[in-house]
Amino acid sequence: MGGVDQMNLAERERAMPPPESREIVFDVSALSVRYGDSTALSGVSIKVYKNLVTAFIGPSGCGKSTFIRCFNRMNDLIPSAVVEGTVEYHGQDLYGAQVDPVEVRKRIGMVFQKPNPFPKSIYDNIAFGPRVLGMTDNLDERVEKALGQAALWDEVKHRLKASALSLSGGQQQRLCIARCLAVEPDVLLMDEPASALDPIATTRIEDLMHDLKRDYSIVIVTHNMQQAARIADMTAFFSVQLTEGGKDRHGVLIEYDTTPKIFTHPSDKRTEDYVTGRFG
Amino acid sequence: MTAASPGVEVQGSRPRGVWRGRIFVGFLLLSLAIGFVTLGTLVIQVLIKGIAWVDPTLLTNPPSSNPEIAGARPAILATLYLGIMLIAFAVPVGVGTAIYLEEYANRERWYNRLLELNIQNLAAVPSIVYGILGLAFLVRGLGLGRVLLAGALILTLLVLPTVIIAAREAIRAVPPSIREGAYALGATQWQVTWRQVLPAAIPGIATGSILAVARGIGETAPLLLIGALTFISFNPTIMGPFTALPVQIYNWTKLPNPEFKNLAAAAIILLLVIILMLNAGAIYLRNRYQKKW
Repeated sequence: MGGVDQMNLAERERAMPPPESREIVFDVSALSVRYGDSTALSGVSIKVYKNLVTAFIGPSGCGKSTFIRCFNRMNDLIPSAVVEGTVEYHGQDLYGAQVDPVEVRKRIGMVFQKPNPFPKSIYDNIAFGPRVLGMTDNLDERVEKALGQAALWDEVKHRLKASALSLSGGQQQRLCIARCLAVEPDVLLMDEPASALDPIATTRIEDLMHDLKRDYSIVIVTHNMQQAARIADMTAFFSVQLTEGGKDRHGVLIEYDTTPKIFTHPSDKRTEDYVTGRFG
Repeated sequence: MTAASPGVEVQGSRPRGVWRGRIFVGFLLLSLAIGFVTLGTLVIQVLIKGIAWVDPTLLTNPPSSNPEIAGARPAILATLYLGIMLIAFAVPVGVGTAIYLEEYANRERWYNRLLELNIQNLAAVPSIVYGILGLAFLVRGLGLGRVLLAGALILTLLVLPTVIIAAREAIRAVPPSIREGAYALGATQWQVTWRQVLPAAIPGIATGSILAVARGIGETAPLLLIGALTFISFNPTIMGPFTALPVQIYNWTKLPNPEFKNLAAAAIILLLVIILMLNAGAIYLRNRYQKKW
């Protein structure tokens, strides 16, 4: 298995307080997602804890991206998507009749796989969220604070009016993180945020996540196991399951535990095969 | 020089491929020539005939039975008014339709698909048919009469499908990741559309709309049909009788006195200049606001 530091993981396991002592941000039970007739994900139950980095890993097509999109109701934008089961956010049913998806997304920010800055200035990118949510008091300070939190302020403070598209890929992704932070969310969802970036930019994003978890709960999807081992406190392993004679395939949750446990002594054989590189 | 080892020679040629390539380029040049030569001949002929007649008289005088003092002021003004009204009517309605179809309509619904099919078909309906519709519905049915407003409305209907199609293309070219990013920040559909999608699509919408308007003000048939034929010697008003540049040109070419043919050529030059200016504006807008994602 490539480069996952066993010693460090063992140390971390001893140092880590049990996650159950923390506040629960998301309590997911028996969640299934269908797109039309095909099931993408079925029967997932998981608890996401406050101020931790929770990683979802697994092979392509295991439904991990579909799953993370259930936390901010992004699947609502796909007309054929049907979400069953419950997702509780601080005890409230996210899919309840009274819940406004717009309100949900305001508290639960998301960073995407490919940096997607708006074709506007750096300043306007950050200011967009506060503006649409009516948080326009001290907008300049808000923008500076968000860029600072995303470790981008020093690089862009002299060219806030420049187009966001003039930034490098890594800077664009940090801009997208800053854009989320500007609306003061509670949770940050990241769907493979470093997959389109070079190693140096990836390291910066990982360092950033480490700093950000003091104030936010972070959920990250990654196909990079070493990344999960480096940054995550909790790791969930998803895999693809074939049903009914191999006709239909959908994602299932195999195992969810602390990162050191998943990477050093997982309970499930499939997890072990995956993290040791025998599969996937 | 040593002989290359087998399998890596790069010299020699494949005659068949070369000839195919040449024939293809020849065909491309021929296609280009057909369009270019025809248009060039037309423009040159019109210029030779009419350039001497493009003078202040043409711009400022009303038409007259004496070609020496005849001008096209009412027609020029009417064409400008038509252009302004076309933009004012066709762009909001066209862009609105495009936004509905691209951002709000659920394609799974049959009526939305029917609507799409309809718009594509409407773009191919001959302009004379719009003229008949205008005559029956606007001029007689609604009792508007043979007025400039009726002309503008009928041209609006005529260019609307083109505006809608251009605007839809521009809206579709905005990457979905932009919408996702905005939704993920808690923006409503209205805010996503109004603050992200539309501003990003504006260059494309503007270009398409201007080209559609340029086509609209060159139209003659529907205007003839709803009765823009009359000899107009006063400035047009929105609710009054009118003529337009293409109609004026048509009228002059029909007159027996050959000097009116030259006057018609001069008016064609004017119309070409107006349309050229509109197209230049469209190109400028496209280059100025061209987006890279």
